[in-house]
Parts: sequence; C-alpha cells; structure tokens
Amino acid sequence: MSELPLDSRAPLNIGRLPIGSIGRAANGWWGMMMLVVTESSLFVYLLFAYYYFAARSGPGFLPEALPSFHLSGPGTAILIASSVTLWFGQRGARRGSRAQLLAGLLVTIALGALFVGLQIFEWSEKPYTIASHAYGSAFFTITGFHMAHVVAGLGILLALALWSGLGAFDERRMSAVDIGTIYWHFVDAVWLAVFFTFYITPYLR
Amino acid sequence: MAVDYQKRPEAGYVTKELEAKLHKMWETKPGLFGVIATVDHKVIGIRYIVTAFAFLVVGGLQALLMRLQLAQPDQTILTPEQYNQLFSMHGITMIFLYALPILSGFSNYLFPLLLGTRDMAFPRLNAFSYWVYLASGLFMYASFLIGQAPNNGWFNYAPYALKPFNPGLNMDFYALGMVFFGISTTVGAANFVVTVMRNRAPGMSINRLPIMIWGTTTVSVGILLANPAVSLAFFLLWLDRQFGTHFYDTAGGGQPLLWQHLFWIFAHPWVYIIVLPAMGMVSDALPVFCRRPLVAYTLVILATITTMLLGFGVWVHHMFATGIPFLSMSYFSGASFIITIPSAIATFAWIATIWTGRVVVTTAFLYFAGFISMFVIGGVSGVVTASVAADLQLHDTYFVVAHIHYVLIGINLFGVLGGLYFWFPKMSGKMLSERLGRWNFWLTFLGFNLAFLPMHWTGLLGMPRRIYTYPEGAGWSWVNMLTTVGSFILAFGILLLFVNVWMSLRRGVAAGANPWDAPSLEWATASPPPAYNFTVMPVVASRHPLWEDRLGESEGHSSIERGLILDDGKEMLATSVIDAAPRAILKMPEDDPWPFLVTLAMTLGFTALLLHWWWIGLAAGVATLLGCVFWLWPRGDLAQTKGTAHE
Repeated sequence: MSELPLDSRAPLNIGRLPIGSIGRAANGWWGMMMLVVTESSLFVYLLFAYYYFAARSGPGFLPEALPSFHLSGPGTAILIASSVTLWFGQRGARRGSRAQLLAGLLVTIALGALFVGLQIFEWSEKPYTIASHAYGSAFFTITGFHMAHVVAGLGILLALALWSGLGAFDERRMSAVDIGTIYWHFVDAVWLAVFFTFYITPYLR
Repeated sequence: MAVDYQKRPEAGYVTKELEAKLHKMWETKPGLFGVIATVDHKVIGIRYIVTAFAFLVVGGLQALLMRLQLAQPDQTILTPEQYNQLFSMHGITMIFLYALPILSGFSNYLFPLLLGTRDMAFPRLNAFSYWVYLASGLFMYASFLIGQAPNNGWFNYAPYALKPFNPGLNMDFYALGMVFFGISTTVGAANFVVTVMRNRAPGMSINRLPIMIWGTTTVSVGILLANPAVSLAFFLLWLDRQFGTHFYDTAGGGQPLLWQHLFWIFAHPWVYIIVLPAMGMVSDALPVFCRRPLVAYTLVILATITTMLLGFGVWVHHMFATGIPFLSMSYFSGASFIITIPSAIATFAWIATIWTGRVVVTTAFLYFAGFISMFVIGGVSGVVTASVAADLQLHDTYFVVAHIHYVLIGINLFGVLGGLYFWFPKMSGKMLSERLGRWNFWLTFLGFNLAFLPMHWTGLLGMPRRIYTYPEGAGWSWVNMLTTVGSFILAFGILLLFVNVWMSLRRGVAAGANPWDAPSLEWATASPPPAYNFTVMPVVASRHPLWEDRLGESEGHSSIERGLILDDGKEMLATSVIDAAPRAILKMPEDDPWPFLVTLAMTLGFTALLLHWWWIGLAAGVATLLGCVFWLWPRGDLAQTKGTAHE
C-alpha cells in the first residue's frame, strides 16, 4: 500500500485497497472486540459479587460439600478441546476447505453441547438451589450466566455451520467465521475464570 | 476465474453528476419502510435528539409538579406515593432517558461529519440502538399506566427495592427497563469507538481529532466497562424479587451493600459519561466564537481521559454514610479530591481561550459561558461533598440535590443548548433567532440559578431530600418558594427554545454551509448535509481544515473538493487507528428493517418477563435470535460472501 500524499496540490495516489469484509479490515471484527470487552467486564462484576460475599460473610458462606472436580474437571477439558477443534476448522477455511471448516464447527458444537449437558447434570446433583442461600444464588447465577453464553456461542456456531454448508464462504471471504470464533474462544476463557473462582479458590484457604 | 478482491480507488473532483449518482445510492426511500428501515446517521441522530428532548419535557413537568407540592409547607397536592413515583421517574428520566441519549444524538449526527466519512461503522446497529432506547423508555413509562411507576429513587437501594417491602410491579419495570436500556447504551458505545478507530478521513491522525470526538469516545469506552455493573445489579434485583435468590437480602446471607457497590461502580463513571461529551462540544464550539483555536488541546484531551479513569475509582464517596471502614473512606475521599485537577485544567483552558480570543457574543457563546460558571459552582459543591466530614453532615440533604443539578443542568443541559444553537443551522439549514435566543438564555440561566442556588442553603438548614412535604415551622418555607418560582422561570425559558426552533423551521434565515466560519469538516458540506455527507472523501492535513490558510499550522493542505470518489455502491474508507491511512474500502448496508423487528421481539420478551408469561418470553427470545441471524446473514452486496468483489 503506497503512501497517500496529504497535500492536495499533489496527485492523490493510493495503492490497491482490499474491498469489503476481510479479516481485521472488517468493522465487524472490531465490533466483536468491543463485545468481548464489555462482556469481560460483566463477568468481572459477577465474580466481584462472589468474592464480595466470600469476604463479607466469612467461612459460613461456603456450602458443606465443597464443589468437586469430578464433573467440572472433564467439562473444563472438553471446553478447552473445543477451542482447538474450532481453530482446526478455521484453519481449514483459510485453505479453502469447506469440509474441514464444517467438520471443525460440528465437532466444536458437539463438545459445547456436551459441556452444557455435564453442567446441567451437575446442577441437578446439588443439594441446594438458587433460593437456598447466598452461595447457591451466586453459584447458579454465575454458572448460569456462563452457560447462557455457551448457548449463545453454540447459536453462532450453528449459524456459521449453516452458512458454510450453503457455501457462503471461501478462503478470502470468511470474516463471519473469523468474527464468530472470537466469541467462542472468549466464552472458553471466561470459563477458566469461573472455574478458578468456584472450584479452586475454596481449597486455597 | 480470478476474483478481484482489491482495487485502486479513483480520485476526482466534486461534480454534479457524481452528486446525483451518490444521492440515488444513499438516500432513504420515502414511505413507511424508509421510516422503519433507515440507517442514515443524521436521521437517527435527530431522532435521538427529539426523543431525548421529549423525555426532558416530561421529566421537567414531573419536577414542576413536585415544586408545586413543595412551594409551601403541609401541602396535599400529591400523595406520598405519587410523590415517590414522581421523584423516582424524574431522576430516571433525566439521568438515563435524557442526559446520555441527547449526547448520543449529537454524537450520532456529528461523528461521520466531523470525521469526514459517510456513516457510522455499524449503520444498522445505530438504528437498533435508537429503537431499543425508545422501546426501553416507553417500557419504563408504561408503569404509569397501571399506577406502579418505580418509587424508590433513581438509585433504588436494597432492601427497600425487594419484594417484601415493595410488592408491586414498580421495581420490576425499573429493573427490566434498565437491562433493556443498557443494551441500547452498550451497542451505541461500541459503534462510536469502532467508528473513531476505523472510519476517518485520510490524514485525520488522532492528534487532529475534534475534542468532542475524544469526549464521546472516552465515555464510550467507559460505558463498555461500567454499564455491565448496572445491568447486572438490576438483573440480580429482579432475580431476588422473582425467584427468591439472596443477593441483597440479609435473610439468606445476602448483602444489601452489594447493590450500592454495583450501582455506584456504574453510576459514578456515568456522571462523567453524561458530562464529558458535553465538555467536548463546548471545547469545539466555544473557540469558534473566540475566533481562535482552543488553548491547550492536548492537555484538555488528557484531562478528559484522566477524568474518566479517575471516575472509576471514586464510587464509594456515595457510600460514606454506610459504615464502611475508615481506610476505605480516606482512599475514596482522596481520589474524589484529585479529580478536581483535570476538571480545573479544562476550565482554565476555556477561560484562557476566551481571554486571549476576540469574543463574538452569540446565544451559543452565552450558553457556553454559563456552562463554565455553573461547572465551577457544581464542581466546588462536589469538592465539599468529597470530604468525609462534610459529607456525613450533608448526606441525603438538599445540598446534594443542588450539587447534582448544578452538575447535570450546568454541564449537560447548558452545553447541549449551546451546542443546539451552534449546530441547529447545520441540521436544519436554518438559523435560530438570536433575539429570542437571548430571552431563552437569560430566563433559563436566571431561573436555574434562582431555583438551585438557594437549594444549597435548604440543605444546610437540614431539609432531607425526597420528603413529600414539611411542617410549617421548619424554617424551610421561603427557600422552597424561591426554588419553585425559579423552576417555573427555568421551564418558561426552555419553552422559548421550542418556540424558537418552531419559528426557525417555519421561516428562519437560510444558514449556508458555514454560518459561523467554523474550522471543522462538518461545515465543509451543505446545510443540511446530503445523505452521503461528502461527495468525495476529504483529506485532512491539520486540526482545523477550514482555518488552515489563516493559521498556517499545517505542512500540507487539507483537500475538500478533490478526494477519493468511492461511488461503486455505498462505500466508505476503513483507515488505520493512529494515522488514519486508508486500509480498505468498506461496503455499507442499505436500509434494513431487521433492527426494528428485533427490537419489537425484544420488547415483547421484556414485557413477557415482567408479567411472567414465560413461554411467550421464550418464544420472543428465540425470535430475537433468529432476527439477529437474518440481520447478520452474509451478503454479497456487503462483500461478505464467496467470490464477491467490486464488480
């Protein structure tokens, strides 16, 4: 890309510019980053509520049976794996392979759904409810917020799979894929903060 | 087949043929579809401004009713419950439904014009943020229809906001309405930030941005970081009320103070969010009437950013009376004092600009001068309440009410009214009457000060805020009468503004492109501007493109008449973040009904949540998501799909 002379008396010469939505040239990519910023701060405030309770209420805040890893551990591994499979699909799309993109998306969707299933199962095993005490309220609300984000992410991936199946993308025109995958990785990263807060910090005292 | 993903954009001069061609591409189609589907930032900006003024009028009428009630002791015009609902809705209306949206309106209208581009980064999202603003405002106002408006003040403390104490729908309207409104605020903020980062005239590097752009961008980042706190606070309140969670009620181990923390973590930054763009407007417009550039451009920008940053570290100064630890109070008190430094920098920059300039006294100038003087008064009363010792005495008295009105009317409304006198000719093509403008200004200014200056005294005399009446011998009668008289004069002054606008639209003097001989890009295009804003993309070589010949501050020359043509469909430039060098040619969306339709689905959804129609709520949620999928469906005309290029 050549320099643009700013002096109007000189001829305006600009090199060739990409047209339309390509990678970070797309405004949508920047818009997704804004969403990530504001959603991150949402989770900061959610976790602030948890830590505020923990600090103010003392040891009585935690339930008798501390949260265990037996479901959350595999769930975490599944979610991390789903980021890898999504990256694999995206890499395929970059090379123009619709099959690899679709495969990556579908496996990621399956892993995401599995995570949601595990979470719901863990929910059903809890001896307390959202209305039992402050801890129960925080646990179900915060993990519920995260689960809602996973479900939203699944919706995005489903839409991408649909569009990809319809042949909407090629190796250059795939900004929807680039933008949508950011959200999924973000949801995974947030889970690590939620996981650390609920499943690890109780053992650090 | 090789598809061409790049092209070399052509440069050229402004011609009649080009203007006609662009007009056909960019104009909003007439008729109902155009009304619903338009994505023109200028139309959306004016809608924001008109709607915000409508809420200002409604909130003002609520205030007048309250002032009638308080004019004398022991009055019974309003019942206590009516009074509670009025002062709550007055605060909600002015702070949320007027103060930010009016600034969003100006910013929406002006951003692409000031930046030398053709629209916002996300035109459809822009339409969406307006529709959601309107819908959420109407949603909260629907509470009056069943006589159950929010009644716990705009900051709505727990536990009184909880179900046992407040069983009606009042709080549910407020809680859901604020979550709904937050969506509008958030997407609007994201749009401003991305527009500034990505869509500017070539050469408009960040040290050449108008201050108003800096103001709105700074607060937009603030909104992205702060707004989730209040949306969450209200959502948790709603959960406590519907599902028996224990976030705020002590019975199950909840913490009422959690509400105050979450609310003020948001609401103190919010105070700066609703004044910094107005300060930016003054910083851009005041120098035009001083016939010189603003003094200390860089310092004013740094002060703006510093104020926003510090604004995140002062929220506990609203909570000095809640029994928090002494160390915490000391820290937050100190932070609140420090914030006077950037405020003072801006104030001295304005004064120095007036001092060293050749002042042209217009109504707009008078408003800006009034703005500065009231900013000082409101700032000083703010410093008083930043002191823990003084605050414990003044907390919940009328002193605080006087302070917040000096800040919000002084720094928001007066800046906005000055800005309106300044930019109305650009928006309408007609000048406002200066003669009527003087009456408008002086009545507003005198009425405001008559109403609120004595109110400091009312507070020092010990009158608590939010009481619906007071007894005869309390010694508060005469000051309250003064305030009531002043508030009616203020209201009459505002009425004259509307008369002025109405008469100007009917038979105002034609404005021409640049009636004030101002330096920035919006004055380089016609008044009102064409749908495509600029026929060719301007190139910017200095901070004051239209004053370059006089100032001699630039190395090259800005170019208005010659630039990139970009006429291959709706196109604009993507530019680099720091230097605004061209990076790509963006395809911009046509008018689109989806933002409106998605808003309708969301309105149904929030109504269903309010009334516990769970299945309808679920259906509306699904409809909202499907609407978004259709909205975002990759499209060839936006060059988002396989094989699409400029041909």
